[in-house]
Amino acid sequence: MAEIKLAESKVQELKEVCKKFDYDKGELINVLHAAQEIFGYLPAEVQEIVADELNVNIAHVYGVVTFYSFFTMIPKGEHPISICMGTACYVRGAEKVLDEFKRLLDVKVGETTPDGKFSVSSLRCVGACGLAPVVTVGEKVYGRVAPEGVKDILAEYN
Amino acid sequence: MDIVKLNIDNKPVVVEKGATLLEAAKSVGVDVPTLCHMKLHDMNYENNPGGCRVCVVEVEGRRNLAPACKTECTEGMNVNTHSLRVINARRTVMELILSDHPAECLTCVKNGKCELQTMAQNLGIREIPFEGEQSHYKEDRSPSIIREVDKCIMCRRCEMACNEIQTVGCLSAINRGFESVVAPAFEMDLEKSTCTYCGQCVAVCPTGALSEVDHTRKVLSTLVDPTKTVIVQTAPAVRAALGEEFGMDAGTLVTGKMTSALKKLGFDKVFDTDFAADLTIMEEGTELLGRLQKHLNGDKDVKLPILTSCCPGWVNFFESNFPDMLDVPSTAKSPQQMFGAVAKTYLADQMGIKREDMVVVSIMPCLAKKYEAQRPEFAVDNNPDVDFSLSTRELAQMIKGANINFEDLTDEDFDNPMGESTGAGVIFANTGGVIEAAARTAYEVHTKKKLEKVEFESLRGFEGIRSATVDFDGLPIKIGIAHGLGNARKLLEDVQAGKSEFHAIEIMACPGGCIGGGGQPYHHGDTSILKKRAAAIYREDEGKEIRKSHENPFIVKLYEEFLGEPCGDLSHKLLHTHYFDKKKKVEINND
Repeated sequence: MAEIKLAESKVQELKEVCKKFDYDKGELINVLHAAQEIFGYLPAEVQEIVADELNVNIAHVYGVVTFYSFFTMIPKGEHPISICMGTACYVRGAEKVLDEFKRLLDVKVGETTPDGKFSVSSLRCVGACGLAPVVTVGEKVYGRVAPEGVKDILAEYN
Repeated sequence: MDIVKLNIDNKPVVVEKGATLLEAAKSVGVDVPTLCHMKLHDMNYENNPGGCRVCVVEVEGRRNLAPACKTECTEGMNVNTHSLRVINARRTVMELILSDHPAECLTCVKNGKCELQTMAQNLGIREIPFEGEQSHYKEDRSPSIIREVDKCIMCRRCEMACNEIQTVGCLSAINRGFESVVAPAFEMDLEKSTCTYCGQCVAVCPTGALSEVDHTRKVLSTLVDPTKTVIVQTAPAVRAALGEEFGMDAGTLVTGKMTSALKKLGFDKVFDTDFAADLTIMEEGTELLGRLQKHLNGDKDVKLPILTSCCPGWVNFFESNFPDMLDVPSTAKSPQQMFGAVAKTYLADQMGIKREDMVVVSIMPCLAKKYEAQRPEFAVDNNPDVDFSLSTRELAQMIKGANINFEDLTDEDFDNPMGESTGAGVIFANTGGVIEAAARTAYEVHTKKKLEKVEFESLRGFEGIRSATVDFDGLPIKIGIAHGLGNARKLLEDVQAGKSEFHAIEIMACPGGCIGGGGQPYHHGDTSILKKRAAAIYREDEGKEIRKSHENPFIVKLYEEFLGEPCGDLSHKLLHTHYFDKKKKVEINND
């Protein structure tokens, strides 16, 4: 198993959140939201802290984390790639672009490359339909992306 | 009290406001079929996720069928529980459930006892018109319990047992939609989780998704091995429940038939765990009196209350939940393990056989006993004191498999020396029984007076947490009792906080005590069965000539010839143990 050392300051921040919610079991989802904001994802160690602080069993916390698709136990890559699958992008071939990212990086949607460099996710409309299909890498936006251009985008980060 | 009047199947019904259609129907003798729903009367627990939809009924004036378990009665309702529309809907629901259920009934451990199978039969399901993907999930085998998640119908009863009744908190529904399963955190195996192996999840599972590890084949092949002497011990709770597996009424005592069946199966000696229960009382009682005497003499370091330690589910529970309190429970081993330790030393010697040529089998109402028997500290040079632990259900299966006509068997007696026991040993099966047995002996040892009335009725009952003060000739002894691990947790938290006033606390992991153990015949939610078993145990005690452990002549002889004195050097070596901090750190399954 991969044991992760959590940053003490972030753990403290999470504990403050639990305190702010008065250690109320009913606030589990809100606490997990905050936790994911702090750590970027919800590794087992973070879920364990939440379970301890709110005094709920860890199986239940894991049950909630795996139920809601917003929560993720996989850390985002150093360069998170999002492919817009909104209507405009979709009709202009976003799926082929997404397939090309998946092929080149050998990951599924929602996964991160083993070296932690890239993660691939899809999203619905970034509000730049004129540039469809749109891809974002971190903060940077790429417009009118064709499958043939995917290789070049990735090259910028290698 | 507000009441509601309605009609169910043309019968007028009057119920309290807030009652469900299911409850209302039951009150007038209409049994609406249910699958996920399970109400444990007497324990105040109800599993009611409203998920399976088998209990739908037709309510006049409503467009959709209503799930009886989740629909509140309202004034003037006209309800039909078996209209054509209802029956067709129930069939469709069952066909859909079965479309993602392995058709392995013939080889399934639950064959003949499965509630899903019964429901399919009652509804006359003859084919499954829906073809689709079947869910597949890894099988998980722990030392006691097997999870075959493919057979799970997501009724969530095991979650109720694990989380609400036992507060073990090891199981939860995870993922969503077609991918959802009930599993421990991070989908780790039970063995790596905080599971106590109490088996209450198995006891309530309607299908074969949860079952016990089956050792019957191994035992059968040992029985025909000419180089092995195979002896068996039977726990007290087994005799009050085994008959149910053969269609007898709950609460039928089958001690003599069970002994006879074991002899027919080929066990060389048939002994009684009750003998070891008497031995437990000698050790645990002496330990209690010792701690109590020190306490009365003003010793501030002595730990009180003393907690019983016979129950392996309970031992697993405190090792992982209260690792800071490992010095509070008695160090006495459980009767199963005391029996094994004495059998493979004293008895083997007496019989003139070597330890490794003796095989000790135990018949237990319990699944945690399987794990307990495998604990490394209960073995000498990798040879365990107890080789195999079988559940009551497994014994019934062996008897059936050997075509022994159980009902027609003539009663036989246990063998000696380890088959002789007192009424005190028998009542170990019931909640309150261990501490009552201890009180019978401790009273006489402490006061040096004869106990006129051996029944301590104040210690009996079915309440989850009970307390009583027993008068030791002017010295009031405060006793606490809890059954069910959730109740145990409450008493333990008081002890942890220094708020407990008890001198001694008895804890049994399963509701009702061992008679309600995870290895007993399935009660399918009918908790009156547990009360009948408990009554049978008290009847067996009443019928015993000797009812106090220290008066068991073979126990007296065992101390004279072999052990010396209770809590003496040899006793400590053979009959006492120590506990481990097993608070689990989260591990992730990478596979």
